[in-house]
Amino acid sequence: MKQLLLGAEAIALGALDAGISGVYAYPGTPSTEITEYIQKNKGDREQPVRSAWSANEKTAYEAALGMSYAGKRSLVCMKHVGLNVAADAFINSAITGVNGGLVVAVADDPSMHSSQNEQDSRVYGKFAMVPVVEPASQQELYDAVRYAFDLSESLRLPVLLRLTTRLAHSRAGVEEAATRPQNPLNAPYAPERFVLMPHNARRQYNNLLGMQPQLEELAEQSWLNRLVPGTGSIGVLAFGIAFNYVMEVRQAFGLDCPVLKIGHYPLPRKKIEALFNSCDTILVAEEGYPVYEELLRGYFGNTHIKGRLDGTLPRAGELNADSVALTLGLTKKEVMPVPAIMVNRPPELCKGCGHRDLYEALNTVMSSHEQHHVFSDIGCYTLGALAPYNAIHTCVDMGASITMAKGAADAGLRPAVAVIGDSTFTHSGMTGLLDAINDRSPLTVIIADNDTTAMTGGQNSSANGSRLLEICRGLGVEEAHLKTIIPLKSHLAENIAVLGEEIAWEGVSVVIAQRECIETAARKKRNPAAKA
Amino acid sequence: MQINIILAGVGGQGILTIAAVIDHAALQSGLTVRQAEVHGMSQRGGAVQSHLRISDREIFSDLIAEGTANLILSVEPLEALRYLPFLAPDGRIVTATDSFINMEGYPTMEQILDELHRTNHPVLVNAADLAREAGSIRTSNMVMLGAGAPFIGIAAETLEASIEKLFQAKGADITAMNIRAFRIGQALSQLQATAT
Repeated sequence: MKQLLLGAEAIALGALDAGISGVYAYPGTPSTEITEYIQKNKGDREQPVRSAWSANEKTAYEAALGMSYAGKRSLVCMKHVGLNVAADAFINSAITGVNGGLVVAVADDPSMHSSQNEQDSRVYGKFAMVPVVEPASQQELYDAVRYAFDLSESLRLPVLLRLTTRLAHSRAGVEEAATRPQNPLNAPYAPERFVLMPHNARRQYNNLLGMQPQLEELAEQSWLNRLVPGTGSIGVLAFGIAFNYVMEVRQAFGLDCPVLKIGHYPLPRKKIEALFNSCDTILVAEEGYPVYEELLRGYFGNTHIKGRLDGTLPRAGELNADSVALTLGLTKKEVMPVPAIMVNRPPELCKGCGHRDLYEALNTVMSSHEQHHVFSDIGCYTLGALAPYNAIHTCVDMGASITMAKGAADAGLRPAVAVIGDSTFTHSGMTGLLDAINDRSPLTVIIADNDTTAMTGGQNSSANGSRLLEICRGLGVEEAHLKTIIPLKSHLAENIAVLGEEIAWEGVSVVIAQRECIETAARKKRNPAAKA
Repeated sequence: MQINIILAGVGGQGILTIAAVIDHAALQSGLTVRQAEVHGMSQRGGAVQSHLRISDREIFSDLIAEGTANLILSVEPLEALRYLPFLAPDGRIVTATDSFINMEGYPTMEQILDELHRTNHPVLVNAADLAREAGSIRTSNMVMLGAGAPFIGIAAETLEASIEKLFQAKGADITAMNIRAFRIGQALSQLQATAT
């Protein structure tokens, strides 16, 4: 019987069945469930599968490349902005190439359900000049993972598997294929490929350029690129999950337009040419940026192409069957409006969360300063930006709290305060703190240590508790200005005193607010074996 | 046959448990299922929904189109209204009347009921009271599933079998309590249907 799996889980099962030896990842919505599924389900496999969380996406990617170097298959997973962090490794791994299959699964978040932008990872695939697969259903995700590993091993290139939130977080039936064993250890000496000094890099880069026609030919033959034949003067070029919306409309309204489904890049030129030759107007439906619409339209514009760039489809946000229906000439039907009494219900910090007590203390301290900027970061504590706390003033990218506070301090801002979580600190905060210490930039870093990566559902952090203290000491934070507080109501007066003193001090200070996330604490209570 | 259901609630209220039971029952009935859910930031006390689609043929879109939901099943009354544009002209709202207020400007219950009564014979359920009657407020979800059951297109026995399957690890007492909750909700729904 088919199993009902989230798209993210379908990738995970596909990777386990395709014989991976390890998965490397940092949690990030909507990609987290890939690794979580492997962690929960690898136990029934004959051979061990390595699956603990990495400190960040760059360390994850490089470790995955190392596993591939040693001949084994590795999967590396991240959200779209995580690929910014891993981009250096990703782009250069296309130059070295790989040994064992290396698939990087990247989950984009159009409509920004849980993200700060909706960047399209297919651009990175094009940038690195590697094959990209973009399945449209959970079953296709499952099958495409094995296909991507095979491509990766035959081409000796990393393969990017791109999906978006809707597919990652939607369930459908998935049929499992036969499992296959892992690769044996096989690490050939190949410094001519892997030592990217200019003389090697130039040759390798030329090889990559030379492979491009072959990559296009593979896409031409790919099962992920196929034509749904039809009649009429309007044809649709449907990329990734956009195919589903087009087919939904086609089925619901009895349309017969030809649809070319694209799920494997670079573009299959001949297939696209055939569609263009048979239709007067082409609707380009892409979930994400109009990456290929722009390319096909050309600099001076092709008026036969409709899509996101000419306003036929909305320029931003997820697509859906409704937006696609309008573009295929169907009129908007009358529906009931959302009543005028409706109000938004934004997310909030949980009742009883330690971050609430931290912000209460911090707000009291900051209210006594004329300048009360607080630079923050990405995690549950970002919700401190909302009422009733309105406590933070920035949230840009992982680790930016410390470095932005440092820059503001260098500019003369007093006080300069950063709030960052334990997991975000180990992801990208430590190096910024080292900069501040080396530069003697007066700032106070508050590490909100809740012992977990909470926003994504409670994954283990790379360091917390006493290890955070040791890291700060090692980086050079003075013992006298390395403090620990417990963010609880009963400690409010004491916490205000400690924060007040350190924020007033003209130097680098770190205050670690230590209290376990109430969600993970409750989960441990329910299931004591859940976390080692 | 094709049924589109929007499950609505507030992050943390557990609408995904309802979804899991329906998913399981639909698969047992040999039907195709697609179910989109919300993970991430909104789960922290924000508005959450799940689009659940059941059909005897291929389903393409994970999302329900506007004006095509046969059922909006909500565990919170204001949240039922948030998705009104999705409701089909003959679609039904089945909602708990227990409000969850964690933001400013929450309308009065009278205003919410007025809006609900503008829709096609809404089924209004005092889920918390009924769940306590079943044995625990934590069975509110299953009360609501029971209340929605007549509109889901799957036999009640199949849904009950799926509740048993999904709760069996928690022991016989908890399973029985959830079945009880399901039946109480179902009875109330049938009573309201015959009254209207």
